[in-house]
Amino acid sequence: MLLIPCPWCGPRDEAEFGYGGQAHVPYPEDPTALTDEEWARYLFFRNNPKGPHPERWCHAAGCRRWFNAVRNTATNEILAVYRVGEPRPVIV
Amino acid sequence: MSPRTPGAQLPEHPDWLWRTPDPRRSYDVVIVGGGGHGLATAHYLARNHGITDVAVLERGWLAGGNMARNTTIIRSNYLWDESAGIYEHALRLWEGLEEELDYPLLFSQRGVLNLAHSLQDVRDSVRRVEANRLNAVDAQWLDPRQVKEVCPIVNISPDARYPVMGATYQPRAGIAKHDHVAWGLARSADAAGIDLIQNCEVTGIDVTGGRVTGVRTSLGPIAAGKVALCAAGHSSVLAAMAGFELPLQSHPLQALVSELLEPVHPTVVMSNAVHVYVSQAHKGELVMGAGVDAYTAYTQRGAFHVIERQMAAALELFPVFARAHVLRTWGGIVDVTPDASPITGLAPVDQLYLNCGWGTGGFKATPGVGWVYAHTIAHDDPHPLARPFCLDRFTTGALVDEHGAAAVAH
Repeated sequence: MLLIPCPWCGPRDEAEFGYGGQAHVPYPEDPTALTDEEWARYLFFRNNPKGPHPERWCHAAGCRRWFNAVRNTATNEILAVYRVGEPRPVIV
Repeated sequence: MSPRTPGAQLPEHPDWLWRTPDPRRSYDVVIVGGGGHGLATAHYLARNHGITDVAVLERGWLAGGNMARNTTIIRSNYLWDESAGIYEHALRLWEGLEEELDYPLLFSQRGVLNLAHSLQDVRDSVRRVEANRLNAVDAQWLDPRQVKEVCPIVNISPDARYPVMGATYQPRAGIAKHDHVAWGLARSADAAGIDLIQNCEVTGIDVTGGRVTGVRTSLGPIAAGKVALCAAGHSSVLAAMAGFELPLQSHPLQALVSELLEPVHPTVVMSNAVHVYVSQAHKGELVMGAGVDAYTAYTQRGAFHVIERQMAAALELFPVFARAHVLRTWGGIVDVTPDASPITGLAPVDQLYLNCGWGTGGFKATPGVGWVYAHTIAHDDPHPLARPFCLDRFTTGALVDEHGAAAVAH
């Protein structure tokens, strides 16, 4: 069970959270202008690194707010959490 | 006085079924990943195509990844023609594999029940039974009473939280002993002269002018005419080494076994709605699997609340399990695609081949994958059964959407 530090509520059990996948994936500005390849990349391709991964979480059973976290997918260590709209922290 | 060597009184370890060679500097084909798919591919490269200048590189020990962690369910009752094609091909190979490998695999066609718990489940299941029959896949629709006849310990009370409203039944489905499958395939590949190289991690893939030329490994560089990836959860990591991305997400998938029990469970029972699948191994353990953990990870372990939910589901279906003890739980890393169908075929780099995205269901396909992937590698052209599962389907939109529709337990 992970202990996830919600930036609004503090550390809480993983079971309280929903997972939202890779963070910082904007909707295309002009979807109709995309090629099939570009549309496929937007729809289906997400980063899948073995290492630090910026991702979205929702504190579904708590404050019900979305936030971002950088988690190391090889160790599950949460390296940083930050609120939506805040810049991604630099992970050394 | 030196202490006695532990185990000194035990008999000698039996001979290995394969050699432990040092890697040569060059091979015609390098297979990355010595799990079930990698070993089956090696076996069929030799058997069907006479290609034996092959190395299988495994970063740990043979079949120690998902091959050692899966719940060994074998079935072919998928909805879509494309899936039925490749999984039924695999099932037919399973039916002759013990003879082909001359090795006992404990392949037991005890059937699989896929339970329906809602009216929509019932409709989808009946549709799948009809689709299976059109594809010559054995399938029946059973009402709750018939379900009870096949598996007497299933709770079919209408008062259950998710009552059993019926099930699809594939009598030819079953289980096999995963270690024996790996050993039989490894022995066959080794006997054909293929080098199985363990403790050899691939750290880089060399690409020159859009064509693969070899791999860098923890045991030094190895040149290769062709490189075939068979690395399941680590496929994205390898693809990054070759300079491209795959539409995969790697998730932990957990399973567990109970202590050894008398035979109580004669078949395989799967339930998508409550997320559990159960069979009883030959030795007597109840083997249960869950759905994937929600987040991506490479940790080979998952969260306990997922196991807890899975146990709750199992108890609802099988009240008789209430006093069974969990012996151990574990996790493997499965690579899941957006349409829950595999990716097997050509890669964006010449002479590099892809076999990944089997998600939670790769074991059942083992011999089928080996067969079609070996063909793909030998001919540099996807086998007809693999063609629908090429990477470009995510651009063309010709997805093979097996999410839920085909009793895929995600």
